[in-house]
Amino acid sequence: MRREDIKQVQGLKVAALVSVGRHPVTGRPRRADFDARAVEMGLSLVAPENMSLLHAGECSPERESALRGYLGMGIGALDVLDQPPEADIVPALEARLREMGARLVLCGARGEMGEASGLVPFLLAERLGWSLVSGLAQIESVDGDSMTVLQALPRGQRRRLKVRLPAVVTVDAAAQAARQSAYGPARRGELRRIEGEVTPDAAARDWNTAPAKKRPKRLKIVKAASARDRFKAAAAKAEGGGGQVLTGLSPQAGAEAILKLLREEGVLR
Amino acid sequence: MNDIVRRDPRSEWIARNRLHPEHDAVLARMGGGAPAAQWMGPNGVIRRDPHAVGFIGPNGIRRIDRSGAQSAGAGGAARREAAAAPARRRVDIDTPAFFIAVVADMPGGRLSAHDRDLLGLARQLADAETDGAVLLVSFGDPRETGLGEAGVDRVLNFAGEQFEGYAPELRLTALGGVERQHAPRHWLFPDSPLGGAELGRRFAARLGERPATQVWQIADGRCTGRGAAGASDITRELPRIVLALPECAEPVADTVHAAEAIAPPAALPQALRRVEDLGAVAVDPAGVALAEAEFILSAGNGIHDWDGFHQAARVLGATEGASRVAVDNGFMPRHRQVGATGTWVTARVYLSAGISGAVQHLQGIQQCDKVVAINTDAGCDMVKRADLAVIADTGEVLAALVELVEGGRKEQRNAA
Ligand SMILES: Cc1cc2nc3c(=O)[nH]c(=O)nc-3n(C[C@H](O)[C@H](O)[C@H](O)COP(=O)(O)OP(=O)(O)OC[C@H]3O[C@@H](n4cnc5c(N)ncnc54)[C@H](O)[C@@H]3O)c2cc1C
Repeated sequence: MRREDIKQVQGLKVAALVSVGRHPVTGRPRRADFDARAVEMGLSLVAPENMSLLHAGECSPERESALRGYLGMGIGALDVLDQPPEADIVPALEARLREMGARLVLCGARGEMGEASGLVPFLLAERLGWSLVSGLAQIESVDGDSMTVLQALPRGQRRRLKVRLPAVVTVDAAAQAARQSAYGPARRGELRRIEGEVTPDAAARDWNTAPAKKRPKRLKIVKAASARDRFKAAAAKAEGGGGQVLTGLSPQAGAEAILKLLREEGVLR
Repeated sequence: MNDIVRRDPRSEWIARNRLHPEHDAVLARMGGGAPAAQWMGPNGVIRRDPHAVGFIGPNGIRRIDRSGAQSAGAGGAARREAAAAPARRRVDIDTPAFFIAVVADMPGGRLSAHDRDLLGLARQLADAETDGAVLLVSFGDPRETGLGEAGVDRVLNFAGEQFEGYAPELRLTALGGVERQHAPRHWLFPDSPLGGAELGRRFAARLGERPATQVWQIADGRCTGRGAAGASDITRELPRIVLALPECAEPVADTVHAAEAIAPPAALPQALRRVEDLGAVAVDPAGVALAEAEFILSAGNGIHDWDGFHQAARVLGATEGASRVAVDNGFMPRHRQVGATGTWVTARVYLSAGISGAVQHLQGIQQCDKVVAINTDAGCDMVKRADLAVIADTGEVLAALVELVEGGRKEQRNAA
């Protein structure tokens, strides 16, 4: 969709939760891909002044430059809730969102560092008592108390949903890719540090974190008593697995049989 | 007749010992009265009868099996049959001590491979103690017949059209009802986009319990899951709610379970409906990537009327695929090729028109659920692979199919 096509919604306050990402190859901090898409979706909806960015975490110089990547998308300021790495950020985010009075919160489907379980939007929606939709492809329209969105289904399909506001939505790879981050605005933008209450994350303390191990590939196990059976199973070609073969039918009858199967499988719309 | 194999070690020993005086007699007896294929002639020379060797195979051709399976004696055939279809041990759990609940995705009403892996995992957790039962919680119309083989002891199905489509809030209250009634020891969800991944996280947030996500291994009461977008492994105590990745465990293979239906909780609290499903949006099937298309109409060398083929794909709403020959001959673009050197497709329904089913092509459709073949040759490999094969000319069948579908749509429009 072209950017000019989108009607900007007046008077809607949108917040996007952003995190520090990690480049999958170099491992350097960057803006997280899904979060940047969420910001992009917000910018398609409201003017940059009505869009606030929110990050909870510590603020080292390296992470700061990654966060400035979001400011380079044309937004003037980013709020950083100062939280140590071992803190549970959900209470702090909840308090801040209540304060801000945002009606729509956009999140990436999951982070790129730490636990990255993708739970934050769900916990926030539950605590705030807001609606939640995941896997958004596009927000079509917002009117008053509800909005119409397109949700991305597997296999390239889309589903239209009507969602009551206020809402928390998550965005993943199906949404429009984020615009480039411009260097100048990223430098000029403001990072506002906000002190807040810190809730320690007790449960995560006795976790064991290690670099990801390669998962073993699943082997095809053939249960057979003799070597001959094992060989036959390994060398077997596709056999007739009880399929139905219709011979000597008219094309119409054949087509009907196929149509019946397509209807049963529900692939025909 | 019972099929217990009775062994006679003495005659087996004699059968192995060629020099034993009773060797011939025992061999004849073990051969089921059939003439012995080999015996000692009067002059001490071994005589052979080639006609007595081997057995007549299923297609009327004499087969000679030198693996020893055949000459193992009477009952060999019965034993071979048993080996071909290894009987699964039946396990019934009358009064479950605890439940391991699995909330399967069941796309199209059938267990997906991911669901089966998860049931395998649930089985491991349930069998760690005596009388643990696997409880499958499913929504919508169940169409799966092999639940018992997948390791399910009890099934709790929420039927009804209100659970169809996107109804996360309703499903959540339903799961809450199951939680109150059965209090499963663990809840397992497939960590699949928009399926278990969403429902499981919602459920965990509702219960206020911290789930383990992206889990791929469970051992000794600890689980390992991916973190940091797949860059790290987090190992922790096994929590109550687990969202597991595909291939987290082997599916159940050697037992069969009762899969007994139990009634869903009668009174569910009214769910708040803040999200309304307005239905699927028509997407252009031609724009869907071949690898993730749900329904593919694939063309091979047996297609002569290409306009008819494209029209059929349009009318059926199918994504187009092709065999290599159709691509090489320039009728289809290269990115539409299915097979070993093309795309490995995952369609739920694969409709092949005029494709012979070369191994390279069949490799590409290994993961398809239902394969339909239209071909003039009833003996080709595609017909053997297909769940439904129509032996007729592709052009005519596709034209008839288009006519039927369009006719049906016109009728609907008139009725409406
Ligand atoms: C290294 C290598 C890699 C390859 N990789 C691939 C690959 O990735 N994908 C792939 O597809 N192939 C691949 N091939 C080619 C493959 O071996 C076969 O040649 C090819 O798949 C055959 O295509 P086909 O079935 O369309 O054609 P054919 O084998 O010619 O089959 C045509 C079929 O149509 C039927 N037919 C003819 N007329 C009609 C009619 N009027 N109505 C109904 N049926 C009719 C015939 O009975 C026949 O079964 C590869 C080959 C090699 C050597």
